[in-house]
Amino acid sequence: MSTAPAVDNARPKLTVKDLCVFYGSKKALGPVSMEIPEKRVTALIGPSGCGKSTFLRSLNRMNELIPACRMEGSVTLDEQAIYGPGTDAVMVRRRIGMVFQRSNPFPKSIFENVAYGLRIGGMGNGSDLSGRVERALRQSALWEEVKDRLNESALGMSGGQQQRLCIARALAVEPEVLLMDEPASALDPIATAHIEELINELSDGYTVVIVTHNMQQAARVSDYTAFFYMGDLIEVANTQVLFTKPSQSRTEDYITGRFG
Amino acid sequence: MIVRRWRGRVGDAALVISTGAATLLVLLILAILVIDVVRGGSARLSWGFLTKAPTEGMTAGGVFPAIFGTVAMVILMTIAVVPAGVATAIYLHEYADRQAPLTRIIRIAVNNLAGVPSIVFGLFGLGFFIQFVGGGIDKVFFGGSKVLGQPALLWASLTMAVLTLPVVIVATEEALRSVPRELREASLALGATKFQTVLNVVLPQATPGIMTGTILAISRGAGEVAPILFTGAAYYLPQLPWYPNSQFMHLGYHVYVLATQSPDVDAAKPLLYSTVLVLLAVTFVLNLSAFVVRSRMRHRFAGASS
Repeated sequence: MSTAPAVDNARPKLTVKDLCVFYGSKKALGPVSMEIPEKRVTALIGPSGCGKSTFLRSLNRMNELIPACRMEGSVTLDEQAIYGPGTDAVMVRRRIGMVFQRSNPFPKSIFENVAYGLRIGGMGNGSDLSGRVERALRQSALWEEVKDRLNESALGMSGGQQQRLCIARALAVEPEVLLMDEPASALDPIATAHIEELINELSDGYTVVIVTHNMQQAARVSDYTAFFYMGDLIEVANTQVLFTKPSQSRTEDYITGRFG
Repeated sequence: MIVRRWRGRVGDAALVISTGAATLLVLLILAILVIDVVRGGSARLSWGFLTKAPTEGMTAGGVFPAIFGTVAMVILMTIAVVPAGVATAIYLHEYADRQAPLTRIIRIAVNNLAGVPSIVFGLFGLGFFIQFVGGGIDKVFFGGSKVLGQPALLWASLTMAVLTLPVVIVATEEALRSVPRELREASLALGATKFQTVLNVVLPQATPGIMTGTILAISRGAGEVAPILFTGAAYYLPQLPWYPNSQFMHLGYHVYVLATQSPDVDAAKPLLYSTVLVLLAVTFVLNLSAFVVRSRMRHRFAGASS
């Protein structure tokens, strides 16, 4: 087991220490320790059921919505302990946004979808609501496609557009970290290319953690890659290093397609 | 081989014929009922019948006070039962720990409430609402004079609300269950609190289902007579119940009165028919209006692709 190497000068945004996740009495993950560097894209790869989504969801406390789920260890965002006694899950999720595997727009208008996070944060119509919505839609490269139909239902958009809308919705509340759980797995190649391009641009301003089962995608979009297997973190390294000179034989077996 | 195939066909045919016959029987009963009521009732149905009070010992005149009373009771009942039922369902489905003993007890209570005979609700209303609540208020605020401690529109509506409560709770829970987990997660992941998520995402999605529950409650409430016998329905009351503590006439009770208590059965019979027709029509109109509200809401919340 190793922590993220300081190949470049990025400081750790999230620090995970001895994280274990249990579903009932069954251990699903851990213990995992790793650092997620700021304003970089970190990809989590591994075969199905390896714990990568569980790991991702423990970073913004989404796991605690599952009744039988229990965890040990610590996750720190900057200096704040995410599971600390005085930490509110709502505040954590405002700072750490999330995009899901299946696009899940609300059955509301395109505008209201993006504005949702701002409205529940207490932003009224009078303030810069429409400006923030526009900015988020531009960031997710959707503005030009939807600017004339902001009041139409989001459910009338294509699958790829819906997923970019979900990204815009997450960006609108200006999180520091963006978690993406296989964001392109349900999309066609063109829409996938759109999303990947977007992830590249986002790493300028955001710390991105992306779960993918597509190794080419991990290689294309990420700066760092972590390989999970059977609930353990096997190896985390600079993406190029991990794909060309993995230090663990199990990593090599997986990326060369010998299993998984 | 041939025999077996032949048998299979006979079995098929028998099934089609028997299920078809059963369906036909239901339709036939409904048709006879409606035709009989319409034929018997339309003769005396007139504008005057709908707008006038009964006269001459209920052998002439109309049923307007009963229409008014029925509609007022159903509206008050709806105002009471929907918030209480929806809130209970939200608690049970969104907040309560499913395995906790208290949750189970509440759930069993709700299911048992649905099976209680309606006359028992009537007695409950008399004992709880009128004597305990109304009588208690009278004692404390009105020096013991009877203001609220007597049968009244308000108490009848609340008794009917208790009767229809399980219908709303069950339908609302069903509707909450059908809201996709993905939508709740999307909202929570954006930093919404549970309450904000329920209010802004879950409830709008569940509204059509809640409306279905409301429609069922209205259908039930408009037709039941037993719960209001002791709690507010009046035998004969020509003036309208303008205050919540007035007694009121009710179409269903009026039907019973005309059928069994009339001094002149032959004179009352056509009136009876017309009253039944009006009762059917009022129930239908109440249902229809709730139905229209529901489809409007569905239209508002549904997107192009769903």
